[in-house]
Amino acid sequence: MIYFDNSATTKVAPEVLQTYDTVSQKIWGNPSSLHSWGENAWNLLEQARQQIADLFHVKPSEIIFTSGGSEGDNWVIKGTAMAKHRFGKHIITTSVEHAAVRNPTQQLKDLGFDITYLPVDKEGRINPADVKAAIRPDTILVSIMAVNNEIGTIQPIKEVGEILKDYPNIHYHVDAVQAIGKGLDDLVFSDRVDFATFSGHKFHAPRGTGFVFVRSGRKLAPLVAGGGQERTLRSGTENTPGDVAMARAIRLVKENEAAAVKREQAIKERIYDHISKFDHVHMISGRDKGFAPHILCFAIEGVRGETIVHAFEDQNIFISTTSACSSKKHSEAGTLAAMKVPDNIATSAVRISLGDQNTLEEADQFNKVFDQLYAGFKKIIE
Amino acid sequence: MEYTEIMVRYGELSTKGHNKKNFIDRLGANVRKALHRFEQVKVHAQRDRLHVELNGANYDQVMNRLKDVFGIQNFSPSIRVDKTFAATAAAAVKMVQEQVDHPITFKINTRRSDHKFPIDTFEMNDRLGGYLLQKFPDLLKVDVHHPDLTIRVEIRLNGIFLSSETIQGAGGLPVGTAGKGMMMLSGGIDSPVAAYLGMKRGVSMEMVHFFSPPYTSPQALAKAKQLTAKLARYSGSIRFIQVPFAEIQETVKEKVPEGYLMTVQRRMMLRLAAALTMKRHGLAIFNGESLGQVASQTMESMLVINDVTNLPVLRPVLSFDKTEIIALAKQIDTYDLSILPYEDCCTVFTPPSPKTKPNLERTRKYEQRLDIDGLIKRALDGIKITEIHNGEDFLNQNEDVFAELL
Repeated sequence: MIYFDNSATTKVAPEVLQTYDTVSQKIWGNPSSLHSWGENAWNLLEQARQQIADLFHVKPSEIIFTSGGSEGDNWVIKGTAMAKHRFGKHIITTSVEHAAVRNPTQQLKDLGFDITYLPVDKEGRINPADVKAAIRPDTILVSIMAVNNEIGTIQPIKEVGEILKDYPNIHYHVDAVQAIGKGLDDLVFSDRVDFATFSGHKFHAPRGTGFVFVRSGRKLAPLVAGGGQERTLRSGTENTPGDVAMARAIRLVKENEAAAVKREQAIKERIYDHISKFDHVHMISGRDKGFAPHILCFAIEGVRGETIVHAFEDQNIFISTTSACSSKKHSEAGTLAAMKVPDNIATSAVRISLGDQNTLEEADQFNKVFDQLYAGFKKIIE
Repeated sequence: MEYTEIMVRYGELSTKGHNKKNFIDRLGANVRKALHRFEQVKVHAQRDRLHVELNGANYDQVMNRLKDVFGIQNFSPSIRVDKTFAATAAAAVKMVQEQVDHPITFKINTRRSDHKFPIDTFEMNDRLGGYLLQKFPDLLKVDVHHPDLTIRVEIRLNGIFLSSETIQGAGGLPVGTAGKGMMMLSGGIDSPVAAYLGMKRGVSMEMVHFFSPPYTSPQALAKAKQLTAKLARYSGSIRFIQVPFAEIQETVKEKVPEGYLMTVQRRMMLRLAAALTMKRHGLAIFNGESLGQVASQTMESMLVINDVTNLPVLRPVLSFDKTEIIALAKQIDTYDLSILPYEDCCTVFTPPSPKTKPNLERTRKYEQRLDIDGLIKRALDGIKITEIHNGEDFLNQNEDVFAELL
């Protein structure tokens, strides 16, 4: 089996699962309990938080555990809305965000907020000048993803940050779910970014784990209110085994990051260089800088995306139509529509997403299978 | 730049007359203690300066430790070269290359203690400045009054030393030069700050902590020890004296009217601290009281509580606002520990409305109901003394076990 759908999810790493298991069995006290059994769990959780903070060179108090990317995005957007609605009700985001950002903004729209969705160019990238032009006195939040989940475009996070330095009251959120372990920390944790959302299962941690970086001094209302855990920012009994396992997964990712990024880029290039030669293939992702090393989106004109996915699946290769979350709904991808990719190509688009486990041999195998499948598809195309 | 030594300038102590030698010796010992894990480092405490010879030790790490040593005004990482103009000029060129990437102003500041060296101060300034100007015509301009960069050249018997950076030290007086003090450390925000300020004025502190199991939690004790470990970075290590206080609290609660509970408890604490001070050859008691902050910290309360001892009771944060104390606590990194929510001996047995203006005569009368000497003796018999070192961990004892999971 060749698994090329790492942006959808990843397999939990064995040593990460080991940690989850040990913590569940041996350090299962409630971190909020007063007694030493709880205290011990608290210490472990805080040590995990410290480790994550150290790996990203931020403060431990700036790491807040959540249940994953969707919660993180919802929290920052709605938490900002709740905390700052008295100062304004205008939010700027992009037309290519993940649904976990897009739909919360839609919900806020129904409540009377005004949302600006920035357009993108043919590479799926916003223009920082558009951010500047969209800013109004009542703007409270700018939310931009670091790496697009469908085609891998890296957004100009730093340039937007530079613009926002003139507007210190505006919250700046980066959905970094696809950016972890891809050599992009400088971007995601650049000095003007206030919030960054992460999801554990994208980097070999268990489902239901994640965290948000919340810069010191920035105020968010809690989305989950209750017993006051996570310094009242996110209530609910702490997911000690999950959070500790995630801390370990992050350490492993960071240790392998440089080599993994290089390898993923090489795999991407090998596939790109091979398939881009075919007449009916449209490359939607870029090959080099400006795009993340692990995502490659392309279309075979005249063949529906689902057909391509299932054809590869028959050969034991797992890829995806653009985004797993929207791929069962037969709607063409949000990102491609925003890029004004014609419908007939957008419906033919598929996504390869690489992880640190993939190899160059798998790229060769993929290319070989591609040749066979393309020969078959040619009959229906022409 | 591969620095070879750190040159340390003394603070106030250079004005301390005939005590100067004691101060310098103590500072030298404190610096050696702070740097003991850098085995190759040599410390020379001389009349005018202290020199830390690096011998290959990491200068960033060494400088980080020096920042916590009281009695240091400032210090400069320096590079030692052979006593020739050519070697001096080469090192200065390298300094400029590494530190200057846009046009700036500079000056050379030479000091010559080896008067046999043929180039005098004026000539060195002139020649070296001219040499650098000619080497970096686009980058450098001379400004002797407000230069962006000052290259210091010291011509000493054992070499020529160049430096360009001056880093602020912790100031104050070397710990130990003022004698020993007993710090009443509760675990709150104020007492660690008071301890820090006392140490900064040269006091060698010992911590006295009252604990009352089961009314106080083991975590509260661990927290007080953790705070001590934090403060130990200013002196290498600190003795921590835990005093059992439950029997006294129970007895006082039983026999003394509610309004006077706090006052009498405080008097008992002060008696214990005073007894420990005498026994351990201390000169004063320190606490974290700030005037008017809580009931026990009115002047009336202080008068009545102070009645039990003639020893000086020193209160370094007496006139500080809470916000000022918090700012200092954050600066010395004790704040986050202090706000951990564990019950300590000051928060249990606190009556709902303690007297803010207790009456001395009445207090003495109520105390006649207590066997003071017996209570004090039993508490002192139960003390436990631990030597706590910089960086020790008491709150998370399983850190190493947990590291395996992470």
